Amino acid sequence: MLTALVLVPLLGAVAVAVAPAAVSRVLAIGVSVGAFALGVAVLLMFDTGEGMQLTETVDWISAFGVHYALGVDGLSLLLVLLTVLLVPVVLLAGWHDGDEDPKAFYAWTLALEALSLAVFLATDVFLFYVVFEATLIPAYFLVAGFGREGRSSAAVKFLLFQLAGGLVLLASVIGLYVVSAQQGPPSYLLSDLMQLDIGTAAGRWLFAGFFIAFAIKAPLFPVHTWLADTTERATPATSVLLVCVLDKIGTYGMLRFCLGIFPEASQWATPLVVTIAVVSIIYGAFVAIGQDDVLRLIGLTSLSHFGFITLGIFVFSSQGGSGAILYMVNHGLGTAALFLVAGYLIRRRGTTLISQMGGLEKATPVLAGLLLVAGLATLGLPGLSPFVSEFLVLLSAFDYAWWVGAFAVTGIVLAAIYVLWAYQRMMTGPTPATVEGTPDATTREWMAVAPLMLALVFFGFYPQPLLDTANPYVEGLMSHVGVTDDAPAVPPGTAGHEEDGE
Amino acid sequence: MTVMEAGELVPVLAPGSADGVLSLLWLVIALPLAGAAVLLLGGRATDRWGHLLGTATAVGSFVLSLLMFLTLLGREEDDRQVVQHLYDWIQVGGLDIGMDLLLDPLSVLFLLLITGVGSLIHVYSIGYMEHDPRRRRFFAYLNLFVAAMLMLVLSENCLGLFLGWEGVGLASYLLIGFWQHKPSAAAAAKKAFVINRVGDMGMATAIFLAFVTFGSTSFTVISAGAGAATETTMTVLGLLLLVGAAGKSAQFPLQAWLLDAMEGPTPVSALIHAATMVTAGVYLITRSNFVFEYAPSAQTAVVVVAVISIFWGAVIGCAKDDIKKALAGSTMSQIGYMMLAAGLGVAGYAFAIFHLITHGFFKANMFLGAGSVMHGMDDDVDMRHYGALRAAMPITFATFAMGFLAIIGFPGFSGFWSKDKIVEAALADSWLVGLAAMAAAGVTGFYMTRLFLMTFFSNKRWQEGVHPHESPKVMTFPLIALAALSVLGGVLLIGDWIVEWLSPVVGEEAHHEPPIPVLAVTALTTLTVAVGVAIAFAMYQRREVPAEAPTGSFATRAARNELYGNEINEVLVVGPGRGLVRTSLGIDRHGADGAVMGGAAVVRGLGGWLRRAQTGYVRSYALSLLGGVIIVVLAMLAVNL
Repeated sequence: MLTALVLVPLLGAVAVAVAPAAVSRVLAIGVSVGAFALGVAVLLMFDTGEGMQLTETVDWISAFGVHYALGVDGLSLLLVLLTVLLVPVVLLAGWHDGDEDPKAFYAWTLALEALSLAVFLATDVFLFYVVFEATLIPAYFLVAGFGREGRSSAAVKFLLFQLAGGLVLLASVIGLYVVSAQQGPPSYLLSDLMQLDIGTAAGRWLFAGFFIAFAIKAPLFPVHTWLADTTERATPATSVLLVCVLDKIGTYGMLRFCLGIFPEASQWATPLVVTIAVVSIIYGAFVAIGQDDVLRLIGLTSLSHFGFITLGIFVFSSQGGSGAILYMVNHGLGTAALFLVAGYLIRRRGTTLISQMGGLEKATPVLAGLLLVAGLATLGLPGLSPFVSEFLVLLSAFDYAWWVGAFAVTGIVLAAIYVLWAYQRMMTGPTPATVEGTPDATTREWMAVAPLMLALVFFGFYPQPLLDTANPYVEGLMSHVGVTDDAPAVPPGTAGHEEDGE
Repeated sequence: MTVMEAGELVPVLAPGSADGVLSLLWLVIALPLAGAAVLLLGGRATDRWGHLLGTATAVGSFVLSLLMFLTLLGREEDDRQVVQHLYDWIQVGGLDIGMDLLLDPLSVLFLLLITGVGSLIHVYSIGYMEHDPRRRRFFAYLNLFVAAMLMLVLSENCLGLFLGWEGVGLASYLLIGFWQHKPSAAAAAKKAFVINRVGDMGMATAIFLAFVTFGSTSFTVISAGAGAATETTMTVLGLLLLVGAAGKSAQFPLQAWLLDAMEGPTPVSALIHAATMVTAGVYLITRSNFVFEYAPSAQTAVVVVAVISIFWGAVIGCAKDDIKKALAGSTMSQIGYMMLAAGLGVAGYAFAIFHLITHGFFKANMFLGAGSVMHGMDDDVDMRHYGALRAAMPITFATFAMGFLAIIGFPGFSGFWSKDKIVEAALADSWLVGLAAMAAAGVTGFYMTRLFLMTFFSNKRWQEGVHPHESPKVMTFPLIALAALSVLGGVLLIGDWIVEWLSPVVGEEAHHEPPIPVLAVTALTTLTVAVGVAIAFAMYQRREVPAEAPTGSFATRAARNELYGNEINEVLVVGPGRGLVRTSLGIDRHGADGAVMGGAAVVRGLGGWLRRAQTGYVRSYALSLLGGVIIVVLAMLAVNL
């Protein structure tokens, strides 16, 4: 089943590559919808209470204990569903993004989808590493081949950063083999590695390798600088795939591997990681406020958001963990909507510069409404789903240390500034003559983002389906790491008044 | 049921479950919410009847609220708190937040105020916005506001309250910026939202602290455990709530957004920025009475903020020539009175709510009256272009007069009763605060008389081409209704009804007599008001009012500039903030990216060396590195095979 889920987009990519260019788009959208259907099938077969399931394990390189092993649990299920939802949305929204070379654009997009799914499903660390690196190939060609002037150097910067991270990760992956081989037959299976007694010093070194790779991927301050350049130059559709899907591998990896395999080292590193996360939140927001390029701005808001996700992961509490997982999903929905609607506007106005837009609301009220909803989601307005995750992360950060919560909470003011100021400059003000008569959203355009909008509102008021999926995974992880939530200072029921009784 | 121990003044919330007609509680919110959804998603198809639907949902909500109120009225005092659990909202670990609604004597009064005044303002807007091509959208936003405001007052837990809290903030943002083609309106909308977010930061942190302390965000749970927490915790909690309240209620030092918010259409100023939303801070403090009762220092802070705001707003009200901004200054000042009462604790909560309600009547009345005047004066807001309008707009004049007499505290009118009670309670608490409240009543008398005379009396200063006329019936009917309420609002105090009614929620205290007889307090306050009125009469009726504002003294100029609140923010917050943005950008370009790209340059140098040896491009180098990794993988695979 899971193999099929990976194979459908992969074979789809091959099919698009050999089929005539005229049918590329239709074929690709068909394949991505097929993958979405398979994703829904996995959801229906999934049993929330059960942990890792639908597993497939085949020996691959037995000398090194490498397996072809796939499986899905609450964490991977949510990210798989996010991926299979976003790809058809992106293809529909970015209708013209691949016009220069449709074959390549759609084939690489589907290949990226297949490899990302494999990353989220792999339960063997080596297999994970292989597909982790392999995602760079389609990503590189998508950035380098499509988008704006300067994309080649952006693509190179992207690739250099990612490769650097990949090499560090490779070292740690090999190190894991060494440790594993010392304690019996080597195995890269995640379930075996989680039982391994790695030792404090070795664990910390190996943790560092994993964490650095994931911090570059996510990205976090100060290794984030590839992010803004890439989103600025790539097409909005590519940016969605990079920021909303591919970057999630970073925070996914922190949960799955850093906390899963190195619980001791993860707790040891917490003060540093929390600091980096808080700096990312605030710094990312400040830098975003100062941007004039809307795509760069959205890219940098993600730096702030990845700070929140990382913070939630490393404060070690059930609210923080579930909040972080929810944040990954919600950030995917909200930021994708923001990128895609910004893409619609850029196509109309022929510029990405915020200062050169302005006065659009009157001509295009529907687009303005879509941008505002996406923006309000990004700034964490209650009633839209990102609020729930941001609330949970901030709550647990405050629980971890009040001053961490106090620093991080300033993010909600800064987010209001970067979103609303950008909206004010792009949409309001007198309508210039050149803007008069700009066509509003077409049926295709609003249909493409409608699923995102619906999800943002629905999960804002009823996040329980997501939480029910994430909670069992987080509970398992917390007990694996060996931490429990803090009890409240005044547990419910200890009323001061009732002491003297009736 | 109310659990009250001997010597304990703070009641504990202990609601039963909603039954009978009360089980329709959710519908009170759902009606306007559905209205907003239909009007926003229905698009132009709903243009023709959108305003009627919007008004109908508000009125429907009011009828339901009235039913709820009568049901509670018919019940035993112990039985007047009910909770309705709609569904589980957020459940993670020990955190369990439900979508729960709480109807009790406090929230039901707000239900009546919000839906009652809200319905009247919907009706008024049908006329006021008649020629606006986006009228349907306006009604959608108004409905959204009403739904959010109802959520705010009905929620049983802090997070649901926060949902409504930010929801009204959103509605306020959308409505202040409703005429988005005006850059000033768009800027004002953003300013209001951002300053409110500063307050929300305090509010959010308060919720975190409440959860960490009590393991819950439910008011019922917190009120039960409040006595067992340390005083430090409760003080911090109280101060954080005060920050939130100051943001929403435009109290010092987060007041700067309210005057700019007058960019919104006038019905918005009446509903959101006078009668309901801006009073949410007072609701918050009254609702959290169980926090403040255990945090006397936080209560003192509330009183200090309140007194500063009373005068700050009043001074602004004295100097502004823009009729809406003068009224906005007055709103800030009057909310200061409510805050003051809430800060006095058990002795004041009921009077805070009483003044909140009467103010809702008379201020909404006057804002709508100002809107009616603007309607007849081609949307001119400058009072220096008004004068002698009483004959041209008899209904507007008569209804405005009722509001005017109510706010200055003319004996018998609603504001007289509510303000008098606050002055009395303040005097009983402290001489200083009481005298301040009394003196501010005199200032209120001055600035309201000034406004009233400049608009309806004194000399004609109409601009050329302006032909003042009375507004249509659809606009004057709400004015008449609100004028009647402004006169009669005082009936709530008959037999101390409102105090008795609220006592299960906020507690009741043995009556503290003020240091001087109650009658003397009333007489002194009324005298102070009379002095204020007389000075204004001498300045603006006996003398000719110039159509151009005179330069004025330094004090006048400072007051006109809102006591330089914006400039203070600019120097203390905005400037440093801009500096931080610039620094971050600098770091990003030269520091973070520089360091990492410096590293990359080393690599590139290496690449240059490799370039000679190998293919020639950095890109090829990178790709070959990737290729190398894949070859390693394949080799490992091959070894095995």
